[in-house]
Amino acid sequence: MEPLLTQDVRKPNGYTLDFYVEHDGYAGLRRALGMAPDQIIEMVKASGLRGRGGAGFPTGTKWQFVDKKSPNPRYIACNADESEPGTFKDHVLMERNPHLLIEGCAIACYAIGAKVAYIYIRGEFLHVQQVLEAQIAEAYKAGYLGKNILGSGFDCDVWIHRGAGAYEAGEETALLESLEGKRAQPRNKPPFPAVVGLYNCPTAVNNVETLCNVPLIVKNGAEWFAALGPEKNGGPKLYCISGQVKRPGVYEASMHVTLRELIEGERYAGGAREGRTLKAIIPGGSSVPVLLPEQLDVPASFDAVQKAGSLLGSAGIIVCDDTTCMVWLAENLLHFYRHESCGKCTPCREGTDWLHKILHRIERGEGQMRDLDLLASISAQIGGKTLCAFGDAAITPVQTTLKHFRHEYEAHIREGRCTLVADWRARQPIGAH
Amino acid sequence: MSFHPKMAYDATFHKSSRTLADPGPPFTFTPERRARLDEVLTRYPPDRKRSAVLPALYLAQQQHGYITGNAMRHIAEILEITPADVEDVVSYYTMFYTKPVGRFVLNVCRTLSCALNGAERVTEELCAKLHIKPGETDTSGTFTLVEVECLGACDRAPVVMVNDAWHECVSPESVGHMLDSLRTRGESALTGCHLAVEKR
Ligand SMILES: Cc1cc2nc3c(=O)[nH]c(=O)nc-3n(C[C@H](O)[C@H](O)[C@H](O)COP(=O)(O)O)c2cc1C
Ligand code: SF4
Ligand code: FES
Repeated sequence: MEPLLTQDVRKPNGYTLDFYVEHDGYAGLRRALGMAPDQIIEMVKASGLRGRGGAGFPTGTKWQFVDKKSPNPRYIACNADESEPGTFKDHVLMERNPHLLIEGCAIACYAIGAKVAYIYIRGEFLHVQQVLEAQIAEAYKAGYLGKNILGSGFDCDVWIHRGAGAYEAGEETALLESLEGKRAQPRNKPPFPAVVGLYNCPTAVNNVETLCNVPLIVKNGAEWFAALGPEKNGGPKLYCISGQVKRPGVYEASMHVTLRELIEGERYAGGAREGRTLKAIIPGGSSVPVLLPEQLDVPASFDAVQKAGSLLGSAGIIVCDDTTCMVWLAENLLHFYRHESCGKCTPCREGTDWLHKILHRIERGEGQMRDLDLLASISAQIGGKTLCAFGDAAITPVQTTLKHFRHEYEAHIREGRCTLVADWRARQPIGAH
Repeated sequence: MSFHPKMAYDATFHKSSRTLADPGPPFTFTPERRARLDEVLTRYPPDRKRSAVLPALYLAQQQHGYITGNAMRHIAEILEITPADVEDVVSYYTMFYTKPVGRFVLNVCRTLSCALNGAERVTEELCAKLHIKPGETDTSGTFTLVEVECLGACDRAPVVMVNDAWHECVSPESVGHMLDSLRTRGESALTGCHLAVEKR
């Protein structure tokens, strides 16, 4: 499949309005404004577009749930928080193809009857935000945003809201809290944002890549989009490949592509580095279960990866080679989860800290065999008992490494040290706060 | 006191263990920053001024270098919320400082993809070169070293964010050069976002 979202991202002026308009840009918006809003929702539903933020929920269905009877205004909240470890696709779209996102926001607003879209961008992306802001200003000047867009009578504003360093702000209700000027801590669901969202008004929260697919669907039709991938997994997909591979990067493909092609294929990441072999793969950002090298011959689609025992999540593929200690990996990730837990529910706030401490001492060689049961028991006490999906995500690295690599844990405890100290690791334990 | 039968509970690092910022000197926004904030406020419904608390805090941090108690009070007054509401937000988000920091804050990503490519070594080198530990500022007040979680550029690991600018594909061998050129050339010494640099 030829790239559709990223074909122009490496052209020097690919991000400008002129370039975009010359290449059929905003044709989707023009077409959308001639349709009834419900028709667009039907079209997106028929295309089978699934959310690219992590959960893979059908976007058309989400829009349909937006409460049309409410007397309140409606909102689009674009999730540009992109904080899941291993995920780095949305910023490419925002920085190098910003008008695609702006067009997607405008069409989404029109479809659900909103007049404002907020793009919640993570605070660390200031350079991306500056490009996006300048291009939004261009779009206003050219009449693609603002009042009476393209003479249709439809008004739409797109504002950027800058976050300030919190992974949890990517969770949809926490994002809304943060937009309201509070701590990014999730709300109870239900009610879902589609009914009670931003400022208690009906809101659709959509990922950047999701919204970027919308203009393609409106322009080329639902059948065309669905036919790009396997059944129920249509459209182009961006894959982020990082870790210990030859050519890490963002690659666009249809979801027919297999994980093995993505990781080892010459057109993609090119496989493990010289003299190394693959050991473990995390296919969808740090929150999903590990796959082993022999499990890679499955299409990298939402459904197929789930069948293989993991999740496609945000398509952040992290590759580890044979120099990686799996206890160290679990400790590294639990450091992340412990730091990012929003603290609202006890199992997650306390449990992630406990898990990290135990992993830290096992990794240093000070663990005991009964610590392994402790890890399993604490994980079970967190799983399914928290307000948001973060709790389940946080225990995943512990549970899957324990399942596939229990012998490495046991070796640490028996030998009283890490048995796989690689040259890329610190000589001394550092930053042990 | 632990609620888990087998797990001892001792001093825990948590966001909630941060204490209230010092009040600092009297604080009001400069007219330009105040005008900027008023412009930002037009993006939110008139009865939802609180939404502008993050932009307001960024402006305050730009003006004073870090967020003081008086800055929080000033922001609370403008947004018609309580100072406690503002402090609540400041204490949650990691990008606001409540203490003075060096001219360059070196945010080294320590999460998996960066660590797999040597981020631990990078931090180690920086510690050794600056004679500080993560979280500290060197004696000249030029560099503050912070370990942060995934910055969203894992394909160019390891990544260091210097203030708001990015420096990518760092290696333990190259950090000495980075520090020197930051001292002499400032932020223009950084490679910037990786999209500007061509593909490997
Ligand atoms: C802890 C947590 C963090 C999340 N972080 C992000 C994120 O950084 N970016 C994102 O797009 N979605 C993130 N999500 C998923 C969102 O909650 C939500 O499902 C998504 O924005 C919906 O958009 P979509 O339907 O277009 O995928 C996160 C979810 C959880 C539970
Ligand atoms: S599971 Fe964790 S991150 Fe989610 S609400 Fe509870 S404490 Fe916060
Ligand atoms: S792990 Fe360092 S940028 Fe993602």
